[in-house]
Amino acid sequence: MNRAGPRLGEPASLWRMRIVPIASVMLASALPLMLPLVASSPVLPPMGLLFFLCWQLLRTEMWPVWIGLPLGLWDDLFSGAPIGTAIGLWTLASIAIHYFSQRIYWRGFFHDWGIAALLAAAVQAAAALIAHPHAPAGHLLGLVVPQIIVSALLVPLFLRLTGAFDNFRLKRR
Amino acid sequence: MVRPANKRPGQSRKAQYGLFAAYVIAVTGAVAGLLLAVLSVVDPVGFATLRVASHEVAAPIARVTRSVTGSISGIDDAVSAYVGAGSQNRRLRKELAETRRKLVATSSLEEENRQLKALLQLQQTDKAALAHGYLLTSTSTSSRRLALLSIGRNVGVAAGQPVRGADGLIGRVLTAGPSVSQVLLLTDVDNVVPVRRARDGLPALANGRGNGDLDIRTLNIANNPFKPGDILVTSGTGGLYPPNIPVAIVVRRQDDGALARPLADPAKVDAVAVLRPYTPDNLEARAAPAAPPAGTP
Repeated sequence: MNRAGPRLGEPASLWRMRIVPIASVMLASALPLMLPLVASSPVLPPMGLLFFLCWQLLRTEMWPVWIGLPLGLWDDLFSGAPIGTAIGLWTLASIAIHYFSQRIYWRGFFHDWGIAALLAAAVQAAAALIAHPHAPAGHLLGLVVPQIIVSALLVPLFLRLTGAFDNFRLKRR
Repeated sequence: MVRPANKRPGQSRKAQYGLFAAYVIAVTGAVAGLLLAVLSVVDPVGFATLRVASHEVAAPIARVTRSVTGSISGIDDAVSAYVGAGSQNRRLRKELAETRRKLVATSSLEEENRQLKALLQLQQTDKAALAHGYLLTSTSTSSRRLALLSIGRNVGVAAGQPVRGADGLIGRVLTAGPSVSQVLLLTDVDNVVPVRRARDGLPALANGRGNGDLDIRTLNIANNPFKPGDILVTSGTGGLYPPNIPVAIVVRRQDDGALARPLADPAKVDAVAVLRPYTPDNLEARAAPAAPPAGTP
């Protein structure tokens, strides 16, 4: 048998199928800290979180429900939030996505958009409240509102990007 | 997206237990993570050391992107400068005339001050910085305002040291890694700086708002003495920040104090200096050589 070249109809490599989603989330989490941007307010959308939610909306069964634990820890290391915030909140978000995917029989594009926007908003608001327990809650929520709006508007783009990555992930050799 | 079909594991005990275990791990992990978050809020310094490794990873890439693109955060200012050019020109001309008058007055005061100081033979406080570096990047997705400083323990940076730019105070070092360190910016919600008004020494507290501005509150709540344009400098009260570092300028009055803008913009500042913390031991160390040699054995 000739193993040198690809065979017809051979599925994508297992490595690529597993690595691509995880690498995209990890890279998006670490990216804001690698840009030369000294921000005076939370200006960038939580890109790691958006990829995390979009992958789960696209392929709910791809990851076990506890995948938020390692990926959340990685995001905490780079986001500046107290360590443990994303571990907890991302896992709760993925439990919520699994619940929604059971409740809604045919999820459409607008369902996905709504779920991702809602969860991103909830996670960002809760993260701000956890990070500053002594500050007035109203002021903190006002601080993250612009970021929440930007995240909600960016969800379709991230769904598209996730779809493109998914095509690459499953491309046959 | 159709509902996943294989969610119910069917009769297979192994698959049932596997799914159940995944949920148990997820819920336990989520609760443990939130507890860890509360703990790391209570003890930020202890847990921040965990983050040092990730910053050491991010810093080299941030150095490269910084040198390639420069600081891209000035874009919004460039746009708004075009929009507000006319009114800004008028305002700046007025300010320039006023500043010239003040400069004349100040130069005479400076001369008088120099003479008085010479008369008293006051020791000039040690203004030498511990180290110089630049701000690489910051956490721009979370509500905490942390910046990465390009120097670390390799040049003697340690937690708790104040950081200033040429224009004013930037913040303080939160944790120091081997080659980069983390700076808690002045505008972080949890950063409180004791300040005084430069004009008359009125004491106040500057508290970050998290969006680039500062809340100024007086210590006596009798009335609201602030006017737009008041300059605030560090008072040195409570240690840590040395006195007389410029901090902020009052923008407008509020119900319980004033809203101020930091004088040093961390996005535009080129190089920053790490100073020695202003602590009682440091004061004694500095005062010791100045003290006259008493008749000690």
